Amino acid sequence: MGAHGPAKGLSRWLFTTNHKDIGSMYLWFSFAMFLLGGSFAMIIRAELFQPGLQIVEPEFFNQMTTMHGLVMVFGAIMPAFVGLANWMIPLMIGAPDMALPRMNNWSFWILPPAFALLASTLFMEGGGPNFGWTFYAPLSTTYAPPSVTYFIFGVHIMGLSSIMGAINIIATIVNMRAPGMTYMKMPLFVWTWLITAFLLVAVMPVLAGAVTMMLMDIHFGTSFFSAAGGGDPVLFQHVFWFFGHPEVYIIILPGFGVVSQIIPTFSRKPLFGYDSMVYATASIAFLSFIVWAHHMYTVGMPIAGELFFMYATMLIAVPTAAKVFNWITTMFKGSLTFETPMLFSIAFVFLFTVGGFSGLMLAIAPADFQYHDTYFVVAHFHYTMVAGAIFSMSAAVYYWLPKWTGKMYNETMGKTHFWVSFVGFNLTFFPQHFVGLAGMPRRIPDYNLMFADFNMMSSIGAFIYGASQLLFLFNVVRTITHGEKIDDPKVWDGAHGLEWTVPTPAPYHTFTTPPEVKESEAHG
Amino acid sequence: MASQGNTGHEVYYVPESSKLAVCATIGLVLTIFGAASGINDGTFGDPNESTNSWFIFWVGLAFFAATLFVWFKTAITEHLAGKNSAQLKRSYVIGMQWFIFSEVMFFFAFFLALFYIRWFAAPWLAGEGDAGRSNYLLWGDFSYSWPLMQTPQDAIGGVANQVMANNGVFSGPERSMAFPGFGELFKWLPFYNTVILLTSSVTVHWAHHALLHDDRKKFHQWLTVTVLLGVVFVGLQILEYYEAYAHYGLTLETGVYGTTFFMLTGFHGFHVAMGMIMLLIQLLRSVMKGHFTKDDHFGFAASSWYWHFVDVVWIFLMLVVYIF
Amino acid sequence: MYSQAKRLSQLALSPVLLALTLFSSGAWASNGQRWETNMTTSVTEVGQKIYDLHMLVFWICVIVGVVVFGFLFYSVFAFRKSQGAKASNFHENTTLEVAWTIVPFLILVVMAWPATTTLIEIYDTDDADIDILVTGYQWKWKYEYIIPEGDNISFFSNLLTDKSEIYNTAEKGSNYLLEVDEPMVIPVDKKIRFLITANDVLHAWWVPALAVKKDAIPGFINESWTRAEETGVYRGQCAELCGRDHGYMPIVVNVVEQAEYDQWLAGKQAEAAEIKQLMAQTFSMDELMQRGKAVYTRSCVACHGANGEGGVGKPIAGSPIATGGVSEHIGLMINGVPGSAMQAFGGQLNDVELAAVVTYSRNAFGNNMGDKVQPIDIYNFKKGQ
Ligand code: HEA
Ligand code: HEA
Ligand code: HEC
Ligand code: CUA
Ligand SMILES: [Cu+2]
Repeated sequence: MGAHGPAKGLSRWLFTTNHKDIGSMYLWFSFAMFLLGGSFAMIIRAELFQPGLQIVEPEFFNQMTTMHGLVMVFGAIMPAFVGLANWMIPLMIGAPDMALPRMNNWSFWILPPAFALLASTLFMEGGGPNFGWTFYAPLSTTYAPPSVTYFIFGVHIMGLSSIMGAINIIATIVNMRAPGMTYMKMPLFVWTWLITAFLLVAVMPVLAGAVTMMLMDIHFGTSFFSAAGGGDPVLFQHVFWFFGHPEVYIIILPGFGVVSQIIPTFSRKPLFGYDSMVYATASIAFLSFIVWAHHMYTVGMPIAGELFFMYATMLIAVPTAAKVFNWITTMFKGSLTFETPMLFSIAFVFLFTVGGFSGLMLAIAPADFQYHDTYFVVAHFHYTMVAGAIFSMSAAVYYWLPKWTGKMYNETMGKTHFWVSFVGFNLTFFPQHFVGLAGMPRRIPDYNLMFADFNMMSSIGAFIYGASQLLFLFNVVRTITHGEKIDDPKVWDGAHGLEWTVPTPAPYHTFTTPPEVKESEAHG
Repeated sequence: MASQGNTGHEVYYVPESSKLAVCATIGLVLTIFGAASGINDGTFGDPNESTNSWFIFWVGLAFFAATLFVWFKTAITEHLAGKNSAQLKRSYVIGMQWFIFSEVMFFFAFFLALFYIRWFAAPWLAGEGDAGRSNYLLWGDFSYSWPLMQTPQDAIGGVANQVMANNGVFSGPERSMAFPGFGELFKWLPFYNTVILLTSSVTVHWAHHALLHDDRKKFHQWLTVTVLLGVVFVGLQILEYYEAYAHYGLTLETGVYGTTFFMLTGFHGFHVAMGMIMLLIQLLRSVMKGHFTKDDHFGFAASSWYWHFVDVVWIFLMLVVYIF
Repeated sequence: MYSQAKRLSQLALSPVLLALTLFSSGAWASNGQRWETNMTTSVTEVGQKIYDLHMLVFWICVIVGVVVFGFLFYSVFAFRKSQGAKASNFHENTTLEVAWTIVPFLILVVMAWPATTTLIEIYDTDDADIDILVTGYQWKWKYEYIIPEGDNISFFSNLLTDKSEIYNTAEKGSNYLLEVDEPMVIPVDKKIRFLITANDVLHAWWVPALAVKKDAIPGFINESWTRAEETGVYRGQCAELCGRDHGYMPIVVNVVEQAEYDQWLAGKQAEAAEIKQLMAQTFSMDELMQRGKAVYTRSCVACHGANGEGGVGKPIAGSPIATGGVSEHIGLMINGVPGSAMQAFGGQLNDVELAAVVTYSRNAFGNNMGDKVQPIDIYNFKKGQ
């Protein structure tokens, strides 16, 4: 055992129990979903290029918005980070594989059919889900197209996948660390994933509960969300956001972890404030459970609730601030070089903070009465999710790709990808702050002329940003096929940690017997 | 018995590639697809409808169940072959614990719904609190009490008088399932169910105790009793539902009381049934194959944790669904 | 005005324009300004407070940003390896970490204080001069003025913008998508309480200049209020996804002098009295068909097509309902089809309109039933329900 290489052909992928194979499948799947979700975004931006209806009808536009949000969140980002976790956690903690390898394979394989089911609803009678990625009742129940049933079951399967994936990650981290790898020596990426996995196990079942209530209301006559029977449509929002807010930290925490690995490497200096990073992450996770109703300031909550959620939300800025300062102080008095992963990481710190600032503005309840459901919110969450999650994901791919493939990507192309993305991204989403403040609601296919100019800018930016992703794809594929071979286990001269002690490319099986962790190999 | 690597560390067993996951995926997807189509084309519960949805559902489910059977069998075989290190066993333990935690959170969603409706939504509909003070314009003199015997719709004389669009008829039940007072205690089904479930938690504990003392016979006895108590519980619950539908006018369609009552007790009952099947399988494993030893019986231990979990959920249900 | 070439050239100049207009405060009173970058200023006291709060938080973020990003860019710039920077090895400093936990916290307190007082003011809906019940429908608003003595008056407010503008066959006006057939009218300097609810799905009633945004929730009434200090026309939009035409349900509020308001109200009341009278009247076939056609064009075409050929809704031409029993037909119009897009029109159209549109449906598009339905039939049907 242990010496075998991978099986040949398709069966390698279908039947594999190897964390690296499964990690790769997650990564490719999520990239495919990113392209799909991105294509939907391109349709949105093309329609919004100018006022008036040009390309799609409102009904279809709503489906695009909904599917874009769903596919990006559940199909692109979450599986991408699970893929990274699969690849890197065993390598980082010195484990031979994930704790439950067969279940690991199952967690992955139920995803493609779930998304196939979701995407197929677009072709069903009545169209696909058209009620936003937040699927508020009763638009998503009484007034939904029939395909909503498939949507509900699709969400169930995605949830199942996430829960199993998260349990696996927890079991791996808790139980599979190499001797000497104490909790406070784990790389931060592992820490952030441990906490993310906890969030997943805690909230994905709540989402399952929410869609189950929808199913019952639609088909079995219950009245969870109908006032006529004593229920309340707002109940849906409470249940959804109890899931939904922790969900946004599920999206960002692994990104925090990635950046906390990369910045020390290219600063050639240990991470500043490791302990406080761990505590900050845990505090963010804790707070994320008691802020959900900041998405619902306008539903007419009693003032006491409004104030509670406002204060709790504002508090999240404190631990997040600590993280931002730690990253910057890590760079302070370092010896910095700017390879592509570092560029993306620095941009992450910068742009995520901008998104955090707009988040803080949104947290101010009275002001949110003017911001809510406008493009200001759209700008906020793309700054956190695209410049946050997607940028950190891009950084991670460039950072670890040489370790995965044993080949170096093309640095010039990488840097071009970065700069085009950076410009395209800001051109797309910065003007959205303006139109949002000036009064443009979100989720509309058409708008007044006063919003026209910024929207055109935004669309142009989106096409630029989108095109740069094709460059990314090209660079990755070219690295795999034609990349310059390297065999230095360390790849980056400033890198630290167990993953850099195994050969490059990482062999199919690593750490079949656990390494002894020396002080110096602990976190970066 | 765990295999040793050359460094003296235990070697973690990583199974070679396996078809199990893909088979389970096919089974699950067919099940889900069949169920969704069946619910959608309105053939739910109608055997005369000539669609294939439910056929797909049953085939998928059977295939899924068979896969799971093989899966567990494989895991057990590997275990008996001594491939599992102590570390792998800990992985299983951790996995089960977090799985139960995820189940707790699933129930949490429904408890959240219940509390929100009881503390906020329904009183607001009745005009209570600042948030509800104008609602009399919509629901007349609807008043709140729990169990909710009269829906807001009833209070204004039915659908036709409703200001909002008509999306269903929700007429309150005639009687509720709430605790009828100590005088009627022995006519009250949930009382028996409570006794049964609490007892079964004790009996499963005794079974565990017997196993720890290598007393196979007592283990089988107590485990059998536990499973039977589970059967009786589910039976009584079915009886209770029958009563609700037939004599109490209490259905899923009777507004939020019926909604929360059936959803909470229903999911709980479903989990009891699952736990019961899990325990039954452990019983059969022991009786037929002689599995388990006094210090190695993860399958049984996991099932019994699950059983304790459904028991704890029941206690909460008892308090907030039936009594308070 | 909308010219493609001109806009593209302006777009090229946009950085300059941006710099010029960045956070200059522009009012969004009657029609909005292009290149507007900041929040709409309000014509209410509360709105002004919200605006100030927004600017306060914004400037705090800017200052924090300058400090944080200054530090970031300094570090990136000063410690480049290419410039020979050598890495030091420090990785902890408790004093520093405690400081940067406490300082942000204090900054937050500075924001929380005005936020709390403003919020308390917003929540004070008591002592209003006028109550208006606002109901969201897919995809229009209904305004019902609650008149303490006497009958309430109510009307619907629909999008006025023509399809030709939307589909780019006609020039777009400056109020494109922000114009309605009948605006809400309120007097200046009076506290108006909005009782906001919805008929079908969630909507949200939002007029930026009045600083009101509140969700409209079917079955619940949310309260909100405003006191406009300047007369004018204020525009807003539905701010909660409510289905297909969510982008097409604008709000227009006319704030007028008290006298003008009184006059408007009197006019509305007279209109209502007239309709009441019409209800008791019997119409000829021609009258019914004529009125029915108007109603049909206004309320039904979107789903059933100009020739009754169907679309979102089933066809009316040859429809089993429209060519079947009269009372089923009336019932369907009054109650809608639950769970479908076909709404209950009983509360949306008055009895005259209902009678007319039923008659019209039964006798147009090749349906030749020949029967007439009078307002009294509708009235009786409703009573019998
Ligand atoms: C990765 C995802 C992500 C992340 C990390 C965040 C982070 C935050 N979000 Fe965001 N948010 C979303 C994704 C995310 N959000 C999404 C998807 C939505 C919309 C959902 C929908 O409706 O579709 C949303 C919507 C949303 C709303 C609702 C808006 C509305 O609909 O009206 C609010 C309101 O409070 C909010 C607040 C915050 C806050 C306070 C943070 C904080 O965590 C930010 C903290 C960070 C900082 C503050 C910056 C760093 C700090 C410093 C440099 C130090 C010092 C600073 C000061 C003291 C000023 N978010
Ligand atoms: C992680 C999540 C994530 C990510 C990565 C993105 C990425 C992008 N999003 Fe976002 N978005 C959401 C999550 C995300 N989004 C959510 C949750 C919503 C809310 C939905 C709702 O309201 O319900 C939303 C809503 C949303 C809106 C508002 C829609 C509305 O309110 O109607 C817009 C509008 O501009 C938008 C644009 C974009 C763009 C241009 C990108 C770009 O970054 C995408 C770039 C990627 C590609 C383009 C793919 C790669 C390229 C190709 C496939 C080739 C084709 C390319 C060209 C033709 C140039 N998104
Ligand atoms: C928002 C969309 C919408 C609007 C507006 C609308 N309808 Fe409908 N209508 C529908 C739909 C959808 C159905 C099909 C309902 C079903 O049976 O599922 C329908 C069904 C009908 C039917 C029954 C057709 C049949 O044969 O079953 C009639 C008659 C009708 N509508 C008349 C009207 C009239 C008159 C108006 C205007 C006052 C109107 N509708 C406005 C969507 C609409
Ligand atoms: Cu009404 Cu959006
Ligand atoms: Cu949130």
